[in-house]
Amino acid sequence: MPDSQTATAARGHSLGHNPALLHHFATEEQQRNSASFGMWIFLSTEVMFFGGLFCAYLIYRLKYFGDFAAASSSIDAALGGTNTAVLICSSLTVVLAIWAAQTSRRGLMLLMLALTMVFGCAFLGIKGVEYRDKFVEHHVPGPSFSFEHEEIPGHPGQYANPRHAEIFFALYFIMTGLHALHMVIGLGIFAWLFWMAYKGRFTPEYHTPLEIGGLYWHFVDIVWIYLFPLLYLIDRHR
Amino acid sequence: MSAHSDHSKSSPLPTYFAVWIALLVGTGLTYYAAKLDLGPFNAAVALIIATTKALLVTLFFMHLRHASEKLLKLVVFSTIFFLFLLLALSMADFGTRLWS
Repeated sequence: MPDSQTATAARGHSLGHNPALLHHFATEEQQRNSASFGMWIFLSTEVMFFGGLFCAYLIYRLKYFGDFAAASSSIDAALGGTNTAVLICSSLTVVLAIWAAQTSRRGLMLLMLALTMVFGCAFLGIKGVEYRDKFVEHHVPGPSFSFEHEEIPGHPGQYANPRHAEIFFALYFIMTGLHALHMVIGLGIFAWLFWMAYKGRFTPEYHTPLEIGGLYWHFVDIVWIYLFPLLYLIDRHR
Repeated sequence: MSAHSDHSKSSPLPTYFAVWIALLVGTGLTYYAAKLDLGPFNAAVALIIATTKALLVTLFFMHLRHASEKLLKLVVFSTIFFLFLLLALSMADFGTRLWS
């Protein structure tokens, strides 16, 4: 904290600057933009992280389309859709929390941050239910995997190749698992943000941690926005 | 992404709620469009809706629309560009293999 650097106020800015302004930045706006830029660069690496998995998924889906369609029809699209709505609501509560910080509404800010975490936990809970269903149905890749006599949608009498279906489920667990891991980290971040907000660290002039935490959360939401149709909605019209 | 404390002329709240509704509508659309038989366009429709939703989140919730820095927009654009390069070239490879 720059409290110790009292006398050496840099030339060009007044003494009455926000104590949150670190002295290697010229203005608060520059500091804020730098923080945001740093988070966006990190999100770019996250796009690469998930992008590789999406590419693998795309290649195998085109190669084994029927088997993937059969496998996809065994996961619950209604639960997936509900989870999508849950995350969308959580993104709304995030931007409302930031607006509350901008307009000095402390109570609303804390409520919105808490709601965001509630939605995040709801998402993970629904995911847990889905994973349990997969364990029970023996759709978890590994020694106990079983996918016999599952018809390919739209091709009655044709059965999915279990080895190919196993690839779908491997991708399903890895992609949604990695996403869920990001959710857990996001929950940790927001718990920390809630704590900081509770301690009164955020003002209309300074609430940068909220903004960059929000960027991370929105990114996790966007990943799910793509995961949902790709994993859950293959050939559902048959 | 600069958020000013004197948040300019009008409140961002109507925009936030409009985007939220649009995202929920988009989700419902994706779900029900999947039940219609659009042939090869099922995947395209789903991805177009998903991309629209992602754009809404990026531009309005992540405040990219009001970002004053060109560099930031360039970074975001190049991220998407390189992702599409990965997907497009991979598809060009695997999609044109004639052996099974």
